[in-house]
Amino acid sequence: MHVKNILKVAFKSILKSRMRSLLTALGIIIGVAAVVVMVAIGDGAQQQVENQIASLGSNLIVITPGISMSGGVSRGMGSFNRFTFDDVQKIKDEAIYINGVSPLVRSGGQIIGGVGNWFTQVQGVSADYLNIRSWKLASGEFFTERDVMARQKVCLLGSEVAKNLFPNDDPIGQQVRIRNVPFKIIGVLKEKGQTSVGTSNDDIILAPSRTVHERLSGGRFISSIQVSALTPAQIPRAKEELRRIMREAHKLGQGEEDDFTIQDQADLAEAATETSKILTILLGSVAGVSLIVGGIGIMNIMLVSVTERTREIGIRLSIGARASDILIQFLTEAVVLSLTGGILGVLLSFGVAYLLNNYTSQAANIKPQIIFLAFGFAGAIGIFFGFYPARKASQLNPIDALRYE
Amino acid sequence: MAEDFKEDVLEKNIIKTSALTKIYKVGEVEVPALREVDLNINEGEFVAIMGASGSGKSTLMNLLGCLDKPTSGDYFLDEYNTSKLTPNEYAAIRNQKIGFVFQGFNLLPRTTALENVELPLMYDRTHRIKNPIEKAIQSLERVGLGDRMHHVPNQLSGGQMQRVAIARALVNEPSIILADEPTGNLDSRTSVEVFSVFQELNEEGITIILVTHERDFAMFAKRIVELKDGRIIKDAMIKNRLNAKEELKKIKEEIETQEHGVN
Repeated sequence: MHVKNILKVAFKSILKSRMRSLLTALGIIIGVAAVVVMVAIGDGAQQQVENQIASLGSNLIVITPGISMSGGVSRGMGSFNRFTFDDVQKIKDEAIYINGVSPLVRSGGQIIGGVGNWFTQVQGVSADYLNIRSWKLASGEFFTERDVMARQKVCLLGSEVAKNLFPNDDPIGQQVRIRNVPFKIIGVLKEKGQTSVGTSNDDIILAPSRTVHERLSGGRFISSIQVSALTPAQIPRAKEELRRIMREAHKLGQGEEDDFTIQDQADLAEAATETSKILTILLGSVAGVSLIVGGIGIMNIMLVSVTERTREIGIRLSIGARASDILIQFLTEAVVLSLTGGILGVLLSFGVAYLLNNYTSQAANIKPQIIFLAFGFAGAIGIFFGFYPARKASQLNPIDALRYE
Repeated sequence: MAEDFKEDVLEKNIIKTSALTKIYKVGEVEVPALREVDLNINEGEFVAIMGASGSGKSTLMNLLGCLDKPTSGDYFLDEYNTSKLTPNEYAAIRNQKIGFVFQGFNLLPRTTALENVELPLMYDRTHRIKNPIEKAIQSLERVGLGDRMHHVPNQLSGGQMQRVAIARALVNEPSIILADEPTGNLDSRTSVEVFSVFQELNEEGITIILVTHERDFAMFAKRIVELKDGRIIKDAMIKNRLNAKEELKKIKEEIETQEHGVN
């Protein structure tokens, strides 16, 4: 039979029972749409992460305690916290490829002041911190290095904190109590938006590092050191230099491994992208399962169709159709059904992506490759799940098929 | 001598079976349906195969139609020894050498008469017939259905459906037409109409094998082969053969006289 005739017969029998065909195709429609949308959400999330990391300031270098992942026996990330203010001072004194360095001392707790109280994190930083992160002030001013050395109890509020504690009046000059230690507010940060991990850079209080270290965090070590390179191009040299200084500061001999990790934004971006890639694969796989379930639906309905059309198969065999003609006929029907489902599924996914992009904060990014992939997968499922019923049809005995009532 | 030669050409064997046997296995029991049947049919014959149910006539029909393979024995159709053919060659034989007409018409539903008739040509890989649609139309016109080409089976009467089936059997110019109880589902007048089509085709030289259990209809053929318990018990030419056209005329006259009687 000509391809044209095979397709004609296939469409005819699919259109003969529209409702049934639609319901069967629905399994594939939903499966394909799920795969495309899930992967699109994964890709969208990945792109959001990338954009945010790019917006963090590309010069940023972060030194965290713990050994790097390269070889040897790992003592575990952060298991050996040895950063001190001396380390920070040494970097400040010796490094030439950097234009700012700040320790990061983390604390947090209930903040009382203004109209009520608020739970948030407090970061103890140096006077360079604002420039390192390229953050901006909405009002007031940042503290100086002298304030840091003098353990001044001053602080700056993130926009979120300011909004919640001082909704009506200017917070500058007022006091907040952080874990019962009074701090004077000297400035408010400009709004920055969400971070890649979902926490807000606006729900934050900045205070001099030594003040936080001694009055709030109870003398714990510095959790990380934040440095900004002179230019993005100088990042590799700055990292090199920082490594040398840190090894000296920690008195590491030859052959001893680093007890710290130095990462720039590219490294962070890579790690974050890796995470969202895994997310994409996971989401896509779950959606893929629904596509397979759709395939089973096709197999089911094709088996019913073969039984219903036993007599027709007998007629075709008796007038000279080969077994292969019957096989191809039924296989074509299954593939037409699944590919039609594939087309409708892709269209549906465009609709869902449009809604997500325009009415939710979730970005969905449909790549052309994923459309072809989902489409190809739908076709493959048609062949795979259509084969068994088609083979069953082709192996019917013409006499029995003709007598079938 | 010259006459003998002529006879030879005319009486070309189209079907020749030797010791054709079919045994069905029902569980452990072997049921012989056909026992060593020798049957020769010449080109241009009109043979009625008769017998009670269980006599093996349907089995013989299936074997002659290449729908089934014999357990033993040979079956030559034209020059082919069918027992040596592959399944695909079997399909090709069914397609090109045999035209089937079934009791239940066996037309594809929701498919027009023309498309039904065209169907065998679609499975013809040799593409002997250059213009399938034209050929299908010719075939339909030959059975007097030129005006019903685009009707689907459920818009046609039983007689018309069977004529579509005959047109379908004819379209590939087969060596034989096998008709299995072709009028089993039809009333007697329509049956006679269908037989008049068969007789016409036979007069044009087409070989027809008819399977029936009704002696009245067998009388339209030229030769009767009677089966019993899987063996041929009688094989004879019909002496007082019926002419379907004349029978049809008689039926019409009867109806007319009845109507006159009422009036």
